[in-house]
Amino acid sequence: MGALLTLDGVGKTFDVDGKPVAAVDSVDLAIAENEFVSIVGSSGCGKSTLLNIVGGLEEATAGEVRIAGKPVTGPGRDRGFVFQGYSLFEWKTVAGNIRFALEKSRLSRAEKAERVEHFIDAVGLRGFENAYPGQLSGGMRQRVAIARALVYRPRILLMDEPFGALDAQTRGMMQELLLRVWGDHKVTVLFVTHDVDEAVFLADRVVVLASRPGRIKREIRVPLARPRPYDIVADPGFVAIKREILSDIREETLKSMQLALGSTERSLY
Amino acid sequence: MPIQDQRKAGAGRYLRLRRDIPDWLFTSAGVIFPALLILVWWAVTELGLVRPLFLPGPGDVLAEGVRQAREGILWADASVSIYRILAGWLTATVLAVPIGILMGNFRLIEGALEPLISTIRYMPVVALIPLSILWAGIGDGQKILILFLGTFFQQVLMVMDNVKTIDMNLIKAGQTLGFSNREILVRIILPAAAPGIWDTLRITIGWTWTYLVVAELVAANEGLGRRIMDAQRYLATETILFGTLFIGFLGFLTDYFFKRTGRVLFAWNRQRG
Repeated sequence: MGALLTLDGVGKTFDVDGKPVAAVDSVDLAIAENEFVSIVGSSGCGKSTLLNIVGGLEEATAGEVRIAGKPVTGPGRDRGFVFQGYSLFEWKTVAGNIRFALEKSRLSRAEKAERVEHFIDAVGLRGFENAYPGQLSGGMRQRVAIARALVYRPRILLMDEPFGALDAQTRGMMQELLLRVWGDHKVTVLFVTHDVDEAVFLADRVVVLASRPGRIKREIRVPLARPRPYDIVADPGFVAIKREILSDIREETLKSMQLALGSTERSLY
Repeated sequence: MPIQDQRKAGAGRYLRLRRDIPDWLFTSAGVIFPALLILVWWAVTELGLVRPLFLPGPGDVLAEGVRQAREGILWADASVSIYRILAGWLTATVLAVPIGILMGNFRLIEGALEPLISTIRYMPVVALIPLSILWAGIGDGQKILILFLGTFFQQVLMVMDNVKTIDMNLIKAGQTLGFSNREILVRIILPAAAPGIWDTLRITIGWTWTYLVVAELVAANEGLGRRIMDAQRYLATETILFGTLFIGFLGFLTDYFFKRTGRVLFAWNRQRG
């Protein structure tokens, strides 16, 4: 009860050369309103697939995703999506990109304009509203993507390694910005990353995915107080949580490497 | 931006892998090299090293051009050829762009058309001249048909590729924002692929130009290609050379037009990367 987003036995099986390969396997998850949940796992563990299923961009082959009790059948404006690449509409300005996301909403013209202005400020892009994405740095581009995903006020924000391509300093700034925006706008966040520091720093709860097939290995609460200062990563409480997750992920990575090694050996003979 | 290394002296610093050179040098190189070739050409003919029948001098070729311009032949030829080029290329483009976009987005349409188009693409257009006469007569329609055939099948596959290479996440973003398939096609995929498609149009109109002589091979009284074929009968080498160079020159202008227009149309695409 009380969960906004529930995953119930969600699974996804792909067909690879006629053989079924499970990417995600019986994932159960309940996420409360306004909660910030990170999903971590080694690469290829199915975490992006899981996020796409929640986003309605891919179909689950088993189980069900529900938002406020209603089953997800496709993409919808109750969810915003921020992608790994800088998926902006390059031919539109910063303001144009954000405004484009409001086209399907029933707001009046004035309300739309106000929303766009509000989110330009919220992500700190004042002064760049008429720039084209091609003129912006990676961090600024991803700010546009966040504003575009939030401007129509979805209940859930889905983020697929949004800061993965940024340098370490920019990434840190973007994480702080994201927490600020999340705090101001009260939205539920599901954040996929392979960076353990990032996962712990941002989230109320970290879900560790096992690889091949992706299933939940462990859920860890992050009871650190907010707002979290950037140097919390050196805090003993933070380090303890990080250590647990790291050992989980290492175990999974080793397992999948052995699997991969096994299949190479087989293919040699 | 490529980096210029100031430390390295001499010409060597302009011959480094993938390094940029000053704009003035780049532009001058494009003028000086052809000028040198013309100089060699002039020297070879002036010194009598080849017979004028095989290679007339640059002066003779230019004089031939002046004569054609004075007599009004040049303008008549050029206008009729440009009309045929535009008609053939535009017909191809009007069909190839939508079909290519559909092929790039719907696997079923790609599956249905791609093998067929890939096969036709390799068929020699010259061999289709007899059929083209049968179908389209011997008027302008036949010339335009040949130019169309030479352009369309290449164009449609290139447009398909232009569409396929756009970022899949743009389509996903459109879906999460609540746009319908049709809206995504028109308002996201089309503008995202537009710079690539524009390049395809620029490249393919170049190919249309190269088919001009083939198109004007049969039953043509006028046209730049016709003039060249007629000159062959009288061994008028300077007419052949002038005609060929003039087609090249018009092609160069076409290319320049497309590049400049593209830069204006897709200004947002300039500082990418």
